[in-house]
Amino acid sequence: MMDWLNLGLAALILGLGIWVVLAREAFSAVVGFISYGLLLTLVWVQLSGVDVALTEAAIGGGLTGALLIGAASRLKRTENAVSAEQPGTALKWLAAGLSAAVTVVLAVCVLALPEPAPTRAAEVAANIDSTGVGNPITAVLLAFRAMDTLLEAVVLVFALIGVWSLTPDRFWAGRPGNRQTADPNGILAYIASTLPPIGIVVGLYIFWIGADYPGGKFQGATILAAMWLLVIMAGLVDTPTISRVPLRMALVLGPLVFIGIGFLGVVSAGAFLAYPIDYAKPLILTIEFALMPTLTLILGLLLLGAPQRAVES
Amino acid sequence: MITAANLFGLCAAALIGLGLFGLITNPHPLRKILAFNIIGSGVFLLFGVIAYRGAGAGMAADPVPQALLITGIVVAFSATALAVALLLRLHDETGSASLSAEATDTESRAEQDTPSS
Repeated sequence: MMDWLNLGLAALILGLGIWVVLAREAFSAVVGFISYGLLLTLVWVQLSGVDVALTEAAIGGGLTGALLIGAASRLKRTENAVSAEQPGTALKWLAAGLSAAVTVVLAVCVLALPEPAPTRAAEVAANIDSTGVGNPITAVLLAFRAMDTLLEAVVLVFALIGVWSLTPDRFWAGRPGNRQTADPNGILAYIASTLPPIGIVVGLYIFWIGADYPGGKFQGATILAAMWLLVIMAGLVDTPTISRVPLRMALVLGPLVFIGIGFLGVVSAGAFLAYPIDYAKPLILTIEFALMPTLTLILGLLLLGAPQRAVES
Repeated sequence: MITAANLFGLCAAALIGLGLFGLITNPHPLRKILAFNIIGSGVFLLFGVIAYRGAGAGMAADPVPQALLITGIVVAFSATALAVALLLRLHDETGSASLSAEATDTESRAEQDTPSS
């Protein structure tokens, strides 16, 4: 039974992958990509990665999908002209040969993976008590490999700086996106005024539960960002001007607190990002609480893109 | 019957090849970004299979690669957002989304011609 489910999932994913690569219109390819992301979520559940499944559904399928749909609709007019630049048949065959070779090499590697598989699960299980959190993934993310998570938070800030630096001069310090207007009595405005309270509770729950069960700050932050974007799309609030100092402070707050606690570790526990044994859990929670607003804002602002409007005078 | 690890491992290998093919042959940059994301998800899936095989000590999968996967998915999103922003700026500047040097040349020449004519 399980085998058939897995076989079906694998076949659907491959089919959708082919659709994404070969579909004629970019828009249908993006729609295929979103379904692909959602099916991949089921694969993560089958591979016992519920935390990964939540992240994939929220970010891999959801946010990336929304970002690409926006881009596809803005670039629609260019499609025919660019599609005319198809590479020659020889190059296509060469690419097909190269891709097939990569796949074959990887397939051989997959079948030759060592048995028994190398694993760190035992070490995580032996040391998880010292962190005070119950979810092993959170323990890895914020204690054993906290450096990765710190760098990731910094990468997100840099990505946003990169996106903002693509602003045309005339719109610098302006607002991203068009001013949205929706019928105040319409369904969008209705949803945007009733769903966010529920969404905020769900987002905070997923964030809070992440210490002991699947969930965490990325998944929770994505839900909060989605609620924010919903309210923006319904025209109830406008996008922020990117020059606002409080906004910029909020964007760097999370990484700065993280780095600060890291240096505290040098003094109190003898290594960067080490936690004194009795204070591990409060420090981890402090980092998570500081990262949460930063992540919510950055994920939302990355989706909104570079400013397209000057500040209203 | 074939194990879940092998099945999804082979699926990941096929996705990486598929994405590579799309990345090389598809001329539209947005489609290249999509194809690159397919490669990325294939790599993530392969890594997930390795995590799944590392189950032990009462855990259903090795949590270290899984935590790195979560980091990876978030970083992949930020890279995609940056790529899309670059592409949209290219489109705003040139009115085209072409990456070909000739197309850009023709258009910039067309722009220079317009004021003089």
